[in-house]
Amino acid sequence: MSIDKDTVNKIARLSRIAISDAEADKMVGELNGILAWVEQLGEVDVTGVEPMTAVIPNKLRLRDDVVTDGDVRDKVLANAPAKEGSFFGVPKVIE
Amino acid sequence: MTDFSRLGVAAIRDGVANGEFKAVEVAEALNTRVAAAKALNAFIVETPEMAVAAAQAVDADRAAGKPLGKMAGVPIGMKDLFCTEGVQTTAASHMLEGFVPTYESTVSANLWKAGAGMLGKLNLDQFAMGSSNETSYFGNVISPWRRNDGGNAALAPGGSSGGSSSAIAARLCPAATGTDTGGSIRQPAAFVGISGIKPTYGRCSRWGVVAFASSLDQAGPMARDVRDCAIMLEAMAGFDPKDSTSLDLPVPAWEAALNSDLKGKRIGIPREYRLDGIDEDIAKMWDNGIAWLKDAGAEIVDISLPHTKYALPAYYIIAPAEASSNLARYDGVRFGLRDLPEGAGLQDMYAATRAAGFGEEVRRRIMIGTYVLSAGFYDAYYTQAQKVRALIARDFENAWASCDLILAPTAPSAAFGLGEKNADPLSMYLNDVFAVPASLAGLPAMSVPGGLDKQGLPMGLQIIGKALDEQAVLNAGLAIEQRSGFTAEAGEWW
Repeated sequence: MSIDKDTVNKIARLSRIAISDAEADKMVGELNGILAWVEQLGEVDVTGVEPMTAVIPNKLRLRDDVVTDGDVRDKVLANAPAKEGSFFGVPKVIE
Repeated sequence: MTDFSRLGVAAIRDGVANGEFKAVEVAEALNTRVAAAKALNAFIVETPEMAVAAAQAVDADRAAGKPLGKMAGVPIGMKDLFCTEGVQTTAASHMLEGFVPTYESTVSANLWKAGAGMLGKLNLDQFAMGSSNETSYFGNVISPWRRNDGGNAALAPGGSSGGSSSAIAARLCPAATGTDTGGSIRQPAAFVGISGIKPTYGRCSRWGVVAFASSLDQAGPMARDVRDCAIMLEAMAGFDPKDSTSLDLPVPAWEAALNSDLKGKRIGIPREYRLDGIDEDIAKMWDNGIAWLKDAGAEIVDISLPHTKYALPAYYIIAPAEASSNLARYDGVRFGLRDLPEGAGLQDMYAATRAAGFGEEVRRRIMIGTYVLSAGFYDAYYTQAQKVRALIARDFENAWASCDLILAPTAPSAAFGLGEKNADPLSMYLNDVFAVPASLAGLPAMSVPGGLDKQGLPMGLQIIGKALDEQAVLNAGLAIEQRSGFTAEAGEWW
């Protein structure tokens, strides 16, 4: 499966990464090189093999349904690039 | 007067505990060395006052007759992937430049509780993605090592924990934290002639560690000998309810149980790791390692790990896939960089922020990850890779029927020069060929120095163990350390 520039632009859009035309051109070769290499996985016979979900067997724990955190609004906002009052500021999204 | 830069973790801890010197003297001596080693670019931020404050607290505790922790009085470097409260944490990215966490990672908190102090935050490959420390937004880290050809070509300290490896080899700190996703502790340790262990997945909490690939990321210690690694791993490890993959098990007393007598241990030599065209110095070091372990009483057995060649391609699907998901959090809204072009909307802000905040390799991996997870390709790439991963883990399971440990080289070569592997991302990826299988299987694995190659550069031997059997890994590492006679160190040119 080889990808073209349109696909690169689509992946960039899905990734929410702005790329220039020149970057997209360069990426076509790079991504195709990497994808051609990983495609050797297709040779492996995986009949009856379940995809790995946990590398070390471990049971998901349940904890008591009590509040253990919170009340840290100022800490949560401390690194916001554009906080507005006690909120995260974003560009206008609704006209 | 004691040259504190020559002391390891155990020597500093014991010297402080026995009153031979004060913790503050050690901290001040190492602060001076860190400040004088800017040419290595190992640190992104130096925190001399924190090292001194931690040392003063230890000295005060000792004076008051209070019990001291496992790392009491030992100043360390902290890879800048661990969130440290009040101290900038960047993952070596522009995205997180200026990010000052309001909380402390569990691993770093454990270390401070054990009495360690922080000399500073260590440089790394950006978001831990790289094998040479050339993807950092804050510049390349330089290895203290040079080739014996009389030239002074700058060499890679390995990656991603390249600041950690460079600082320890240059004796700026006795030990440092590392994280290992696909070899990021072991390969840098090998490149600079030090030791480092990636414990079993789940031993060290991932909470507060900037995430790269969550099913692989595991923290571990790097230091100049095996004992120091054992001590520091004890301080770092432990159950943490804040990490859902943390193992709820007691931390073994690895240091106390160190024992280099390997009688009764069977060491597997995986034939698939003897690649065609393997570097002859690496092959010879591996043979030496086999002889050393035999000398320590172990039995050597030939084993097969048939899916070895598929480990790297599987890794380069799984790790980017997880990275693309983890790094979705960098949106320019809650923390980190925001790039808001004039008149841009929310979507344009995301795209501009992520283009400006992520370096080239990070963008490449996010895009690969996005592609392999996208509709129509998920099964062909991601599901297939996770099935192959299961087979790689099964290879190890089968091997444990005939051996207790596996010995292999850590990397296919000694350190390469900065810039030598940049043209093609694939050639850089291939450097992790021996390190990645143990990561995919979540197994404990350690690198210890195995000798110098013909250029006079260190090479590493890797020991892989069964899940949760860090003790056997450390013991075999100790047996090698006692026989390799590795005392070489980098000349102090910086």
